[in-house]
Amino acid sequence: MIIRILGEGQFDVPEEAIERLNSLDEAVEKSVEAGDRESFTGALAALLTGVRDSAVPHEAGSLDTSDLILPPADATLEEVRDLLSGDGLIPG
Amino acid sequence: MSLMKRISLIFRSKANRALDRAEDPRETLDYSYQRQQDLLVKVRRGVADVATSRKRVELQVAQLEQQQAKLQGQAEKAISVGREDLAREALTRKSGLTQQITDLRTQHAQLQGEEEKLTLAQQRLQAKVEAFRTRKETIKATYTAAEAQTKINEAMSGIGEEMGDVGMAIQRAEDKTAQMQARAGAIDELLASGALEDVSQPGGSDDISRELDALSSGSDVEAELARLKSGAQPQAIESSDGDILQAEPGKTETTDEGRA
Repeated sequence: MIIRILGEGQFDVPEEAIERLNSLDEAVEKSVEAGDRESFTGALAALLTGVRDSAVPHEAGSLDTSDLILPPADATLEEVRDLLSGDGLIPG
Repeated sequence: MSLMKRISLIFRSKANRALDRAEDPRETLDYSYQRQQDLLVKVRRGVADVATSRKRVELQVAQLEQQQAKLQGQAEKAISVGREDLAREALTRKSGLTQQITDLRTQHAQLQGEEEKLTLAQQRLQAKVEAFRTRKETIKATYTAAEAQTKINEAMSGIGEEMGDVGMAIQRAEDKTAQMQARAGAIDELLASGALEDVSQPGGSDDISRELDALSSGSDVEAELARLKSGAQPQAIESSDGDILQAEPGKTETTDEGRA
């Protein structure tokens, strides 16, 4: 599975890592919904670390689309909300 | 639906909407390639802008450090002529600069981080654009307009995602740099206004310097007079210096450390 971390590029993540990443993802989602900045920072860092640790960088010269896209490591809770509403994106 | 899924869907649809579509799908490829070149130029400019801001902060840190050293020197001189009040004033100003230097160092590290991130983003985009160029030529050479559609959609989505990512990285770097430039501007103004004293003026013309200069020229004259009156020999002065050094080693060390 290809996961993109915005600002870092694409990673190849093995299927067996997905379940664990899903639970880390849930934690981020909960803190975003609760508007809990403190738990958000830790949860996002744990999710991104989980991806980086289980993955290898995807081939640089490919034009493959990612299966999943994650916020940048230094994203604030507000920025993730913007991403979810489509406001924070500046494509091309 | 999970957060990852939601962000992915929204990001992708937005990136897709931003792609120009031409009537002949093969022309779409050329349009897109042009936009990719434009974005590459933009990201390179972004890297250069962040580097300029970083260098400006470096220069400010150097100026403030120079100012700190000058105040330290003034404090030592003031103590040596027995003016604790002036020494206190110099040290107070010096400690005010310490906080500003710490802030600037933090900014410097952030700018360096942004510069590295953008440089990597530029490299990733460069690799994708290169891949797109190859794919574009293959598609144009091999397929009819109708056949090409699927291939083109694949290539366009792949590059569109990267372009969206890089576009966002540039925007974030610009926002952060703009915030820091406002603060750097304030420090430049402070330096220019003389509130931190103009370090470009050799010798300095600030109030502490003036008082110390007046004091030292006065005391130099007194010392000279005293030497002439007593008719002291150079050896005598040397040996008395030696006595002082031996009698108060602690004091000498402190002075040396301060100067170092």
